[in-house]
Amino acid sequence: MTDKALTVQNLCAGYHGTEVLQDVSFTVNPGDYVGICGPNGSGKSTMIKIILGLLAPTSGAISVLGKPLGGFHDWRRIGYLPQGLQFFNPHFPATVDEVIRLGRLSAKKFPRRFTKDDTRAVEQTMEWMGISHIRGKMIGELSGGLRQRVLLARALVNDPALLVMDEPTTALDPETRESFYKLIFEMNREKKVTVLLVTHDTATIGKYASHLLYLDKKVIFYGSFDDFCNSTEMTGFFGEHGQHLVCHRH
Amino acid sequence: MDLNEMLSYGFMQRALIGGSLIAILCSVLGVFLVLRRLSLIGDGLAHVTFGSVALTLLFRLQSVYMTLAVIPVVLASALGILKLAQKARIYGDAAIGMVSAIGIATGVLLASVAGGFNVDLFSYLFGNILSISSSELAIAAGLFVIVIAGVIMFYNELFASTFDEELAKSSGLDTDRINAVLVLLTALTVVLAMKVVGIMLISALLILPAVTALQVAKGFKAAIISAAAIGVGTVICGISVSFVLNLPTGATIVIINFVVFLLAFALRGLLRHS
Repeated sequence: MTDKALTVQNLCAGYHGTEVLQDVSFTVNPGDYVGICGPNGSGKSTMIKIILGLLAPTSGAISVLGKPLGGFHDWRRIGYLPQGLQFFNPHFPATVDEVIRLGRLSAKKFPRRFTKDDTRAVEQTMEWMGISHIRGKMIGELSGGLRQRVLLARALVNDPALLVMDEPTTALDPETRESFYKLIFEMNREKKVTVLLVTHDTATIGKYASHLLYLDKKVIFYGSFDDFCNSTEMTGFFGEHGQHLVCHRH
Repeated sequence: MDLNEMLSYGFMQRALIGGSLIAILCSVLGVFLVLRRLSLIGDGLAHVTFGSVALTLLFRLQSVYMTLAVIPVVLASALGILKLAQKARIYGDAAIGMVSAIGIATGVLLASVAGGFNVDLFSYLFGNILSISSSELAIAAGLFVIVIAGVIMFYNELFASTFDEELAKSSGLDTDRINAVLVLLTALTVVLAMKVVGIMLISALLILPAVTALQVAKGFKAAIISAAAIGVGTVICGISVSFVLNLPTGATIVIINFVVFLLAFALRGLLRHS
C-alpha cells in the first residue's frame, strides 16, 4: 500500500488563548495538487507551519510521507516556498547559485559540506527552471517574480516528494503569476510532486489544482474540484456566484 | 623611518600579527552579525566583560584567573541576549542594550565599592595593541584557531540561518543551536581580544570591515573573504600609520576603516551608475 503524502487528524492550534484551527482532518494522496483557500485569519498559514514543524499544535496528529511528524527527519523530501523571505534584505550578499545550494543542506549531516553532486543538482534545477543565465546575479537585484523562481528552485533542488507553498504569488503581477502557476502545474504533472498551495487566488487555482481545501478555522470543504463544483451544499455556503468564481476556470 | 626598521621592533611584530588575527576573527563574525542586525553585540558583550573584570579586580584575582573567571560570565550573557530576544518578545538590539547597560553599571558599582577606578579596568576599555605581550599573542593565536574552526564547521548552517531563519528551520536545521554557536564564538572573541585591543576597536572591527565588504561583495563567500582582507589591511595600515605619525593606534585603525568604507560606498555608487 502506498503511503499517504499527508494525513492530518483532529488538528487544533491557537495563539495566546485564541483558537486558530479547530479539529481539522484531511488526507492527501501522492501526486495530488491541493489548493488551500480561506479568508484572512482562517488558519491556512498556521496549518502549513505546523506541517513543516515550525509551530507546535495544541492537539491532533500529523503524518508526513508515511511518518508521524514528531519522528520525521527526512526534510529533504519536503520543499517549502514561503510568500517571501522573512526579513528580506535587498542588500544580502548571496548569489542565485548560493541560495539554491542552501536547499541541499536538508539532505546533509553535520558538518553539512557540499559536494559535486550538489553542484550538479543545482545546475540541473536551474536549467529545468530556465534560470541558469542568472546564476551569478545577487538575489536582491532580481525582480519579485524571478526571486520567487529562485526560491522555488531552492525548494525543488532535492527533488522533493511534497512541495508546500504559502501564498507564493502574492507580490507578483498577473502575467508572472500565471506563468508561475503553469510551472507548478508542469512540475506536479511531470515529476509527480504532491503540491500544497495556500492561496487567496480562488479564481485561478481551479484551473490547476486537483483538490480544494477550504478552511475557516475548520474544514468547510475538502475534495476534488469536480465535487466542489457539483456540491449543492457548497452552493448554499458560497452562493452561486461565489461557487462560480472558484469553478469557472476548472 | 623605513619599513625594515619598523618591523625590527618586537612589539611591532607582535602588534601586527596579533592585530591581524583579531581583525580576521572580528571581520568574519561581523558579516554574520551585521546581516542579522546584531552588530552591537560586540559592544554589549564588551561592557559585560568590563563588569566581570571589575568583579575579579574586587577579589584581587591575578590576570590569568581573571580571564578564566570572566569567560563563563560573558558566555552566559551572550546566551542571555539570545534568550531575551526569543522569549521576552523584545528585539535583539533592545536585548543587547539591556545586557550592555547592566554590564557597565555593574562594573562602575563594583569599582566604586572597591574604592575607586582601577587603572587595569580602564586598560580593558581602551586596550593597547602596541603592548601585546608574547603570552597575549599566544592567546590570540589559540583563539583564532578555535573560532575559525567553529566558523568553518558551521559555515553553511550559519549562512542558511543568516539568509532566512524560517527557511533554514524548514530544512530541518536547528537554528537555536546555530544562533547559540554564533553568539558564543563572538563572546569568546570579545573576552579574549578586549584586553589586547579594547572595547572600541573590537566593536569597530566587528562592524566596519563587514559593512565595507557588503558594499562591494558579489556573493556570501566573497563578502566573508573581503571582510577579512579589509580587516587585516586596515589594521596593518592603522598600526603602521600610527607608529610613523605617533598617533593613538586604536583610533587610527577605526578612522582608516571608515575611510575605506567611504571609498567602497563611492565605488558602489559608481558601479551602479555605470
